[in-house]
Amino acid sequence: MLNTKISKEDLERISGVNTRKCMKCGKCSATCPNFDAMDYHPHQFIDMVDKGNIAPLLESKAIWTCLSCMACLQRCPRSVEPAKLIEAVRLAVVRQQGENRLAAEDIPELLDEDLPQQAIVSAFRKYKK
Amino acid sequence: MQRIGVFVCWCGTNIAATVDVAKVAETLKSEPGVVFATDYQYMCSASGQEIIKNAIKEHNLTGVVICSCSPRMHEATFRKTVQAAGINPYMLEIANIREQCSWIHKDKEEATEKAIILGRAAIAKVHLNAPLTSMESPVVKRALVIGGGIAGIQTALDIADAGFEVDIVEKQPTIGGKMAQLDKTFPTLDCAACILTPKMVDAGSNDKVNLYTYCEVDKVEGFVGNFKVTIKQKPRYVDATKCTGCGECTTKCPSRKNPNEFNMGFDNRGAVYIPFAQAVPKVATIDPDDCIYMKTGKCGLCAKVCTAGAINYEQKEEFITKEYGAIVVATGYNQIKPTEFEEYGYNNYKDVVTSLEFERLMNAAGPTGGHLLRPSNGKEPKKIVFVQCVGSRGQSCRDKSYCSKICCMYTAKHAMLVKDHYPDVDVTVFYIDVRTPGKNFDEFYRRAVEEFGVHYIKGMVGKVEEEDGVLKVQASDLLANAQIHMDADMVVLAAAIEPDKSARPLATMLTASMDTNDFFTEAHAKLRPVESPTAGIFLSGTCQGPKDIPETVSQASACAAKVIGLLAKDHLLCNPCVAHSNETLCNGCSTCANVCPYGAITYEDRLVMDKGVRETRRIAVVNEAVCQGCGACTVTCPSGAMDLKGFANRQIMAEVDAICR
Repeated sequence: MLNTKISKEDLERISGVNTRKCMKCGKCSATCPNFDAMDYHPHQFIDMVDKGNIAPLLESKAIWTCLSCMACLQRCPRSVEPAKLIEAVRLAVVRQQGENRLAAEDIPELLDEDLPQQAIVSAFRKYKK
Repeated sequence: MQRIGVFVCWCGTNIAATVDVAKVAETLKSEPGVVFATDYQYMCSASGQEIIKNAIKEHNLTGVVICSCSPRMHEATFRKTVQAAGINPYMLEIANIREQCSWIHKDKEEATEKAIILGRAAIAKVHLNAPLTSMESPVVKRALVIGGGIAGIQTALDIADAGFEVDIVEKQPTIGGKMAQLDKTFPTLDCAACILTPKMVDAGSNDKVNLYTYCEVDKVEGFVGNFKVTIKQKPRYVDATKCTGCGECTTKCPSRKNPNEFNMGFDNRGAVYIPFAQAVPKVATIDPDDCIYMKTGKCGLCAKVCTAGAINYEQKEEFITKEYGAIVVATGYNQIKPTEFEEYGYNNYKDVVTSLEFERLMNAAGPTGGHLLRPSNGKEPKKIVFVQCVGSRGQSCRDKSYCSKICCMYTAKHAMLVKDHYPDVDVTVFYIDVRTPGKNFDEFYRRAVEEFGVHYIKGMVGKVEEEDGVLKVQASDLLANAQIHMDADMVVLAAAIEPDKSARPLATMLTASMDTNDFFTEAHAKLRPVESPTAGIFLSGTCQGPKDIPETVSQASACAAKVIGLLAKDHLLCNPCVAHSNETLCNGCSTCANVCPYGAITYEDRLVMDKGVRETRRIAVVNEAVCQGCGACTVTCPSGAMDLKGFANRQIMAEVDAICR
């Protein structure tokens, strides 16, 4: 059973993100290359965590579909860095699951020549505790 | 022994909330020499000043200590107060228990203790204070305005109007500045040229105004009322006194591939050029980097066609030195080139332009004659996207931290003008916030939306890419919680504005302070907004911060009023806290003269009586009218002969002792 009692402070501590720095410009969601695949979008992560509305994010599809390409982090004019916060929500879930979904030794088998290196690193970041 | 009165100010709650003011007054009462101590809610108010005056008379005070805000705030006020009650104004000391105590502490007990210590130091100093009298220095009744944009022109015209001579130094070949490049001006949509060019003509023809165009300030010496400025006249290679501005040379010049700066590089100009038809002065200038004759020694066509014989390839730079009573900084701004924002494709696509470039494309006197055409193919655009806050309001290294202030309004203006001229064109503006404070400003923006049908979308553009000659814009629409993809023929970037690059070296020359963004700092954000903290230096226009034209002109006139106030005086009271040398200690080594930034120290041979021996010695002499009391000489003097009146070494040491007691 997923512990949904993750607080805003927990997420801010894990990510180092200060949600109050956001000026709600929407640059993150304008930049996001995988916007349509996410049920919650980068700017919503900042807004919802800021308001303490965290439970829906823990159960969202977005934490797994986020490419962690860091485009939103790179472009954010206020250095809020949404990608870090999405990562923190993901970690809050991954750490509860008790097992790694991906082991380093399985990687060579899964490799696809067309897959960018970044995606592998990203997958590892997502599915390993 | 001095008879000292101590007055502790509450400053409302500014001090009293953090410092136990009654306790401070009570404790300081037992300091040696203190015969009276009290506290009051607002010492600077009329009734507060009355308390001080009455106490001086009642208790025969010889010195006064006021525990209040910074002396930068009210030292002058309180000096007048004690003087009115018959005490020399330099028998007053201020202990800063606001900025340096109550504002920076939270613990009341600690803050109170510190306030007492600061008061004690001031009391210790007053014991050693001596009455000082100010000298007078004459005022040169001429002003220098650095920068000939709308700010500089307005300030100069207003100063000239009051009957004072004023010189404008402008680094470009013509005055006019950025406003000359604009098309229409918000919120009334009158054309910039129609309202600016008459002012330029006024400045050019007013016999109190001298224009030094194509000139730069090279050196500044002196101080308020008596500045000596060296102006560098860059060579035009055209004799400005002979040139009639007929423009024959500019049309015949065979070097034609030089980007025209005035049109933001959208067309070319000759090597010899007049920036624009209404330039003042209307004199040609040769750019030596573009001129075929200057580079190869062959051509000389302009000299052949010039009937006035004004072309002079041998012209050299000249230096002019003049004296001024006041200096006005009006160096203006530039729009940043958004080359670091690769997501907008400014570097790659011709149809992505900055708003100043767009201004030229819309301008009747611009490269397209006011016919809006896509720079890439010369066709009329059907869809235009405007992006606001490009490079403003950010924290990353490519952003400016401030709001550029003018972009919301000129973007609304551009959008409205496009819809007005070409109603079929689809116009979308991406905004973070629409900021339109100002008279008739919000109404203007609402007209763009409601009457002209401009689409305003709350969100940002994340990516611009070109595909088959169409710009593909990816953006967010935050109110719809959606990412949108739209086609555009042109993208216009409201890029941030920044102070002109010449501002920082100029600030160094003027010893005027700047903020981290290179905007000049005003003496007081609210109460002295057009003066620099450096006496005699005044600020006009965007050199002080982002401003639109109405605000710039208001500030320019305010600045002129301050300059006129200074020039109207025949004499200025000098700061009496100046250096002086003790003739029995001075060994004439010249160390002090070498460090003096004002050239106030000279030497004379003087007959000195020292320990019964009479001899002629070389002694440092301070010109009190020139000395600014910076104290550099007192710390450098190896024999301790130099000392500062009002800030003598023993006074400073007494303060330190009082603090350490």
